[in-house]
Amino acid sequence: MSMIEAVGLTKYYGSFAAIRGVRFKVDEGEIVGLLGPNAAGKTTTMRILTGYTPPSDGTATVAGYDVFADSLKVRQHLGYLPETVPLYTDLSVAVYLDFMASLRGVVDRKKRVAKVMGLCALEHVADVVIGKLSKGYRQRVGLAQALVHDPPVLILDEPTIGLDPKQVAEVRSLIKGLGNDRTIILSSHILSEVSQVCNRVIIINEGQVVAEDTPERLNRRLKGRQCITIRLLNPTDDIVNRLGSVPGVSAVEPRGRGVYDIEGDVADERRAEIAALASANAWGLVEMYTSGLSLEDIFLKLTDTERGSRQRGREMEQSRTAQEHRREK
Amino acid sequence: MRNSLAIFRKELRLYFASTIAYVVIAIFLAVAGYFFSVFLFNTNEASLNFLFLNTANVMLLVSPLLTMRLLAEEQRLGTLELLLTAPVRDWEVVIGKWLAAFIVVVVMIGLTAYAAVIVFAFGNPDPGPIFTGYLAVILLGAALLAIGLFASGLSQNQLVSAVVAFGLSLLLWNINAMAKYVGSPWREVMNYVALSQHFLDFTRGVIRAQDVLYYLSVCAVFLFFATRIVEKRRWE
Repeated sequence: MSMIEAVGLTKYYGSFAAIRGVRFKVDEGEIVGLLGPNAAGKTTTMRILTGYTPPSDGTATVAGYDVFADSLKVRQHLGYLPETVPLYTDLSVAVYLDFMASLRGVVDRKKRVAKVMGLCALEHVADVVIGKLSKGYRQRVGLAQALVHDPPVLILDEPTIGLDPKQVAEVRSLIKGLGNDRTIILSSHILSEVSQVCNRVIIINEGQVVAEDTPERLNRRLKGRQCITIRLLNPTDDIVNRLGSVPGVSAVEPRGRGVYDIEGDVADERRAEIAALASANAWGLVEMYTSGLSLEDIFLKLTDTERGSRQRGREMEQSRTAQEHRREK
Repeated sequence: MRNSLAIFRKELRLYFASTIAYVVIAIFLAVAGYFFSVFLFNTNEASLNFLFLNTANVMLLVSPLLTMRLLAEEQRLGTLELLLTAPVRDWEVVIGKWLAAFIVVVVMIGLTAYAAVIVFAFGNPDPGPIFTGYLAVILLGAALLAIGLFASGLSQNQLVSAVVAFGLSLLLWNINAMAKYVGSPWREVMNYVALSQHFLDFTRGVIRAQDVLYYLSVCAVFLFFATRIVEKRRWE
């Protein structure tokens, strides 16, 4: 059953389209990453799902309720952590969480507040005024308020932004732990984060979904090829043939200055064989690494392809008009 | 209404957590007490009319201080996004906030009851005008807080909100000052719209339905505007 479904979501701010025709589905229990550069439309998408802002066009449902027509129902079923963590700096952690619980109509407030404080490791700061907490704690308080009414759906906008590496790791493992019985959408522009935490990635660029898959499959699909790159001090002329005869190697491409890209199988055994071959022939192996497209590259490629295809489109247009000119002559 | 109560409790707590309520109440009581004493020594009259008129003036000054934070700060902190994505209707947010400010004002005015105790203990005042006077001050407070809450929604900056609220309230209080220089029907409109015009009847010991209705309407209109302002934030 899909917990979140967006169909043709479009949002205009004046004449500027923040998102156009965004469409995706999130199944129950999935952790989905919304990935994209800044200003790609991630926050706008989330704000529509949370019932904060209505879409200009398209529809979305959360837990089966329409975000516009049944906004209050939707809001009851989700916990939301906006990008700038919204905290009342004059209230203590416990009082703040109690307020959020009462706002969401939690019946047994005391118990729930104690529960989420335990979950987010906040017990020892329960009576500390939020204004005095560090950024990492504030982020956790933000997460705790999103969880206080035990919602089946969580929407987290850049949950690890501005944290130090240790805090990032803590928040990530916390989110991962929540995913067992919840549907989670989180946005990020950090690719490694998404691939570590999420079951599935939706890449948004310039207001549109440009790709959607599991991190692994996305990796595999877009990597195209993976290769071993080596650098040799004393390469010989027959090197391409010699390397090509190693089983599992499909192609060898010299890149000059003793650098070769070896395509094909990149397993450790293959690399050991290549190293042995190099040392047997005294080629002077000084470097070896596997290179392939990381999610980072994929991300750049995807967000560039858009621009690239537009460029190509323009070129085709130009050549067509040039042909027509010739024909007229 | 349960949602408004949650907002109401939070606001009340914030008033007393940030000490603003204490400061405002203290200053208000000091000023009101001073003028009450001056009046008592000057006239030896067992009446609170002068106190009510003064209270009205101080309220014009004090109510923007109570309301300026209410919506402006939510916008600055980003917590408005939290309220607007909670299962709470926009008007429930507005009502809860207004109610918290209103209760602070009621407490503040209630604390001037010692003045009534004094005049009853040492004189023989007409209880009618004292009762209606308190009613007038409370109705005025309700209206001024609604104006202030609306002004608070206009900006992220508390100071801007306070200044706008103060300007609006002062203008609405005094708008009938121009009435005698303009012709009908504007004269009647200005007289009707002025906050001060409806106040004076009460201090004479008269409760007129139209005056009560007037204050309640001002309240309703500005709370409605405030709700619309909050709603508008969703589209930005």
